[in-house]
Amino acid sequence: MHPIRRKRIITIAIIVLVLSGAIGLVLYALQQNINLFYTPTQIASGDAPTGVNIRAGGMVVKGSVKRDSNTLFVSFNVTDFKHSVHIEYHGILPDLFREGQGIVAQGKLLSNGTFLASQVLAKHDEKYMPPDVANALKQAKSNTPPKPYNDN
Amino acid sequence: MLPEVGNFSLILSLFFAGSLAIVPIIGYWRHNPILLSTARPLTLLMSCFVLVSFIVLAIAFLTNDFSVLYVSLNSNSNLPIWYKFSAIWGSHEGSLLLWVLILCGWSTAVALKSHTLPKEVGPIVLSVLGMVATGFLLFMLFTSSPFVRDLPNVPANGEDLNPLLQDVGLVIHPPMLYMGYVGFSVAFAFAIAALITGNLNSSWARWARPWTAVSWAFLTLGITLGSWWAYYELGWGGWWFWDPVENASLMPWLAGTALIHSLAVTEKRGVFKSWTVLLAIFTFSLSLLGTFLVRSGVLTSVHAFAADPTRGVFILALLIVLIGSSLLLYALRASQVKAGVAFGLTGREAWLLLNNIILTVLTLTVLLGTLYPLLFEALDLGRISVGAPYFNTVFSPLALLLMVFMAIGPLSKWHNTKPSLLVRLCVWPGVVSILLAGVISYAYHLGGMAWLSLSVAFWVVLLTCKDWFLKVSAGSKGIIPRARQLPRNYYGMMLAHLGLVVSLIGILMVSTCSEETTVKIAAGQTVSFAGYQFTLNQFESLKGPNYVADQADIAVYQHGKLVAQLKPEKRFYEARRQVMTEASLDAGMTRDIYVSLGEKLDDQAWSMRIYVKAFVRWIWFGGILMMCGGVLSALDKRYRNRVEGCHA
Repeated sequence: MHPIRRKRIITIAIIVLVLSGAIGLVLYALQQNINLFYTPTQIASGDAPTGVNIRAGGMVVKGSVKRDSNTLFVSFNVTDFKHSVHIEYHGILPDLFREGQGIVAQGKLLSNGTFLASQVLAKHDEKYMPPDVANALKQAKSNTPPKPYNDN
Repeated sequence: MLPEVGNFSLILSLFFAGSLAIVPIIGYWRHNPILLSTARPLTLLMSCFVLVSFIVLAIAFLTNDFSVLYVSLNSNSNLPIWYKFSAIWGSHEGSLLLWVLILCGWSTAVALKSHTLPKEVGPIVLSVLGMVATGFLLFMLFTSSPFVRDLPNVPANGEDLNPLLQDVGLVIHPPMLYMGYVGFSVAFAFAIAALITGNLNSSWARWARPWTAVSWAFLTLGITLGSWWAYYELGWGGWWFWDPVENASLMPWLAGTALIHSLAVTEKRGVFKSWTVLLAIFTFSLSLLGTFLVRSGVLTSVHAFAADPTRGVFILALLIVLIGSSLLLYALRASQVKAGVAFGLTGREAWLLLNNIILTVLTLTVLLGTLYPLLFEALDLGRISVGAPYFNTVFSPLALLLMVFMAIGPLSKWHNTKPSLLVRLCVWPGVVSILLAGVISYAYHLGGMAWLSLSVAFWVVLLTCKDWFLKVSAGSKGIIPRARQLPRNYYGMMLAHLGLVVSLIGILMVSTCSEETTVKIAAGQTVSFAGYQFTLNQFESLKGPNYVADQADIAVYQHGKLVAQLKPEKRFYEARRQVMTEASLDAGMTRDIYVSLGEKLDDQAWSMRIYVKAFVRWIWFGGILMMCGGVLSALDKRYRNRVEGCHA
């Protein structure tokens, strides 16, 4: 074989090898680490899967925040003004967590409908509404059926 | 009156930038040296007027001119003076002005240095920079002028700078980052000029190298500063979040790293030419994409800036025009670039080719993870987020692989190295590093991943030292004169490679050996954690210039001895009615003790986060080493005064 052509083939082979390794990794990692967002309405209607990592969000219901007196356990409800979800969390809430404020929680939905959060996010600007939450509120308001649950 | 001067001077600079974008190109086309020679004065005029605008905005901030909308939204009369200055780039409009100012700074530097370039290349490089500047000045004037007035209802006081940004890190982080981002525009302009003139020889690479190295050094410093700032300011003790905005700065860094290496091959061996040009285009495109992602608000991010759709559309259009036209030019002209010497598959070229492949793949995986949520939503599949685990899973193995090859590259010779020689050089360092890493990870119960990473770290250090030793001990002269003879370029590379190892060790240790907990604590109580005792002495209220704060006084003991006195705060910024956590930390070579206040739980007790972060400083120290490496290699003698080199 012509040496230049051989070099080209080897170069391409290396590229294909690295690329396919990377694509494999990417597919594997994407399968594990994509967190779909669900609105309280979707959760209430049973669209959200239980036991896997998802995100849920909405406005924190006024007067629903309850703290345990000895531990850092806290529970609260979030709503899209149609349905609400009960969220439980153990840890420190972000500075901007306040009743009536939009938040996003990451964690797992239990079979009894409680959402066990591993992380609670509130944005670092009080004028700012997380786009996911804004979208959820808009959806609930416009009364359109929520997007079908997509499994992958 | 003054803000109008600022706006007017922006319009003037747009005029000069527009002329700069057109006139020298016509001059080149018509072979008219007079038109070509307008490039330098036009660049200087454009830069001058942008500087005037910037100074005007600075004056508006420093004199509390709240009639200017941008000032009233981002400043406050109680704001300390240095934050008033840094507030200039605290939000969208001003940071764009900074972007353009830095672009002008780079253009001016090119203009002043362009006498070493062949006659027509310098003006075309400047002209391309002028095109970029024109785009951004248009963007500023049409969608986001910082000089818009809020008349007649001038507010009595401003809404204050976002408290998160009131910090030393944020005074210097954006300028450094932008110096890097925008600096790649110079490499880009060189690439476009090379495509236009067809003058793509190895001297082209020699001109572009120092500029690329310096921008890369700035970007490295910018990213390092950003990581350090996020670490102590966000109060969660993390140093990298794989946030879209962070990824936006990482992608040009990865592509820029690839560019530095492929430029080296192009300069030394005259191969990879068209790939290098393409990479220069990609690197700058990624910088622009970063600006787009950060400024358009299309992605959910902790940085969550202005989400104004018209701005997003404008930047997107700018992006498409710039990238599209440069790729079109590339498609038309790249075929004329002849490959020089054939490269050897066993030479250093091959290792650098591998470096480029892996870095490009890394860039693409980060790009995919960053844009995936957008893609997913555009296809109407639902709203998702791609979490840090994705990036860690994909990034770590590829990065380790890259580092394995990084050590071999310098040892091999250009064109051809006998594989048997390489194997002989590498066997012992390989065995030693695997054993050493094994012993350490076994002794400290670090686990398999640590074994792997430590092996790679030792491997790179051993081979880098061996390479240096082989180079200085060859020949009859003594070691010291030989060591002095080695080019700065070489030492720059060494420093950057070792810096990456230092960062790797830091990343590894911080992710395997750190400990954290959240506790509930009241005044007078003591908590034991990770071998330290944390005693909360008291709470104090204090008043800052534009905030009030609760400050905890915590004494940290180890074996009964006082090791640190920490004072974390919870601040309330009055103008924005915003609460901020101010963490307090005791820094050390091998560990940081990091304490941040959570919430007030009842009358006495607070929730508190405690972290003991192992070796976290090493991450940033490595970044600084890499930056120094970049600067050092840019100072290499070969890059100076090479007019005669253009026919090489």
